[in-house]
Amino acid sequence: MSISMRNITLFLIVGALIFGSGFVQGWNTALLILNMGLISAIMALGVNLQWGFAGLFNIGVMGFVALGGLAAVLVSMPPTTEAWAVGGLRMGIALLTGVATIVGAGNLYRRMAPGNKRTLAMIVFLIGGFLLFRFLFDPAVLAIEKVNPAGTGYLGGLGLPVLLAWPVGGLFAAGAAWVIGKTALGLRSDYLAIATLGIAEIIIAIMKNEDWLTRGVKNVVGIPRPVPYEVDLQASEAFLNRAASFGFHDPVMASTLYVKLAYAGLFAVVLVILLWLAEKALNSPWGRMMRAIRDNEIAAEAMGKDVTARHLQIFILGSAICGIAGAMMTTMDSQLTLGTYQPLRFTFLIWVMVIVGGSGNNWGAVLGGFLIWFLWVEVEPMGAKLMELITAPLNDGYWLKDHLQNSVAHMRLLTMGLILILVLRFSPKGLIPEK
Amino acid sequence: MEFLNAFVAFSNFVIVPAIAYGSQLALGALGVTLIYGILRFSNFAHGDTMAFGAMVTILVTWWFQSMGINLGPMPTALLALPFGIAGAALLVLATDRMVYRFYRAQKAAPVILVIVSMGVMFVMNGLVRFIIGPDGQQFADGERFIISARNFKTMTGLSEGLAFRTSQAITIVTAVIVVALLFWFLNKTRTGKSMRAFSDNEDLALLSGINPERVVAYTWIIVAALATIAGVLYGLDKGFKPFTYFQLLLPIFASAIVGGLGNPLGAIAGGFVIAFSEVTVTYAYKKVLIYLLPESLEPSTLVQLLSTDYKFAVSFAILIIVLLFKPTGLFKGNTA
Repeated sequence: MSISMRNITLFLIVGALIFGSGFVQGWNTALLILNMGLISAIMALGVNLQWGFAGLFNIGVMGFVALGGLAAVLVSMPPTTEAWAVGGLRMGIALLTGVATIVGAGNLYRRMAPGNKRTLAMIVFLIGGFLLFRFLFDPAVLAIEKVNPAGTGYLGGLGLPVLLAWPVGGLFAAGAAWVIGKTALGLRSDYLAIATLGIAEIIIAIMKNEDWLTRGVKNVVGIPRPVPYEVDLQASEAFLNRAASFGFHDPVMASTLYVKLAYAGLFAVVLVILLWLAEKALNSPWGRMMRAIRDNEIAAEAMGKDVTARHLQIFILGSAICGIAGAMMTTMDSQLTLGTYQPLRFTFLIWVMVIVGGSGNNWGAVLGGFLIWFLWVEVEPMGAKLMELITAPLNDGYWLKDHLQNSVAHMRLLTMGLILILVLRFSPKGLIPEK
Repeated sequence: MEFLNAFVAFSNFVIVPAIAYGSQLALGALGVTLIYGILRFSNFAHGDTMAFGAMVTILVTWWFQSMGINLGPMPTALLALPFGIAGAALLVLATDRMVYRFYRAQKAAPVILVIVSMGVMFVMNGLVRFIIGPDGQQFADGERFIISARNFKTMTGLSEGLAFRTSQAITIVTAVIVVALLFWFLNKTRTGKSMRAFSDNEDLALLSGINPERVVAYTWIIVAALATIAGVLYGLDKGFKPFTYFQLLLPIFASAIVGGLGNPLGAIAGGFVIAFSEVTVTYAYKKVLIYLLPESLEPSTLVQLLSTDYKFAVSFAILIIVLLFKPTGLFKGNTA
């Protein structure tokens, strides 16, 4: 009883913090924090599935989130028909060649007897395949990127409703997770960490450089929304009347709040579904098996559990959740800006959320997601106030004062690191410990 | 002549830069591997330790420059290097005292220490950005070239130039000296021997009266020195920017793992393997091929296997191949 009371209190405190920021900084800010908090909570759920349930150390969250963002672009943006006409077929053939090369090399590896001959055959086959791939691929890329480079210059998407991108983002991330898991799971935990860190960097590098697919650093903007546009709302008589009846007479304010609330509603639905599924999974025989594997792999293996297969399974599931969250985030921003994907923000911050919230407990991960996101946003203004207080005795224009006040933006990294270290040291089970 | 020109072009754009980059990676990987061998965890804060050491060195360099102290043709940063090492050593010793020691006493699982090192990484990253800012800084001074491309051309009469930058020469010479010193220390001195004994078998080392805290402290000091030197050399060669040091983490870990984690010799070999493959795969061979091939076969494209933005993918691919086919690394690493 006391535990659940404590948990409810914790959630209420975080809710009050976000609510309070609404009073101080305006409701727009509060809703922004709430929306990103919901998305962060979903990401934290995914990482908690991998780390809390199964003890898998995945620090490639950023890559899976970005793949979700890619899904949002590929599903919902209108297709660039001209680009498809000049390069679509060639690109398709090139990509098929690439896949065939990899599959073929795998077949060679399995079919031929081990030895120098096999190694040689594989190397020759891979190099030949790569050259053929580049031969087909390069002209296709040139052709596609030549089509209106300032406006499109990429293949575009399918022009489907953006909500479809959320499950598709999960599928993209799951596919990537399958490839990584197949190669790196069976290895030691720190090797998995390095492998996931690397794959995340590579996913970002590919998305930044393959302009024909994502427009790279030129960014895709104007991704269609699942919710109405502010300008349409402001033009709608019915909406203005409804808003006025709630006491909102400023149409701009009313419409922005309405849009953000609509997003919050959509995100909350996803979060509730995923949380419910995660709770079911945790308390099922499957969840107990996962924890048994986590706590003692050798014993679990002796009981006949297929440890590697279970690890692969949960690795894919957790990554898929991160992919869904990534697609949701790109939908909310309605743009894909690859320059903003930084590992400190999208990988390590999620880890802080899971650890602080309580690894192994879904509610903890959700709480951590909200709390840490709130702090991530609010540490900067709070730091600025603090710094003003500290530097008050110094004269205006003194270099140290200016330097300190200008560096406030970097307070958040410092604070997050300190929070992580302190929680790990003094309360390693987190705010809501595993049952 | 054509062949010589091709060779000079290849040396200028591939061999010399790769040796310099390989030396920087090797020094970084040595630090990672030492921590792994003795403290038994993968230190994710290593890149930011490099950044911190380099930052202190830069600040002292600026101070020296403002007082008019310099080394003539050599960069002033070399004079400031000891201060950087001292700064980084103080920082890591303080971190060890306040953070890592607790987990050591608890005999916590290595993966917990890795997560803790993530926290330390955040803090160090924040500190560096707080003090020097997130922007790039230039601090190299002195003579820029030992041999400039133009001098080389007039000297040899070839149409290709071979530029040999001071920072590259310093990197290579320093790396050789540091590695020689490190191996002398590990193999000949009493402390070095106790460190190796501790790495091979902790219990046996404790039984034979080796003081673990002393071993750990020495390890951190050596690691701080290696990290600072690697960070400063990289900064002299390619410019200092806090975020690039975080990104170096991947090739550095790849080097250490490819060579065999916990094996110093492997770390050096791994550094060069990674550096050479990154540079050779991302180099555009057009220039070299134009010299080598008859006119009719000359390439019209850049002949670049992968664009330079994919250099991380190269180190990663090698890492995966080694992990799949030889999980202990090229040299037998510490697998426990």
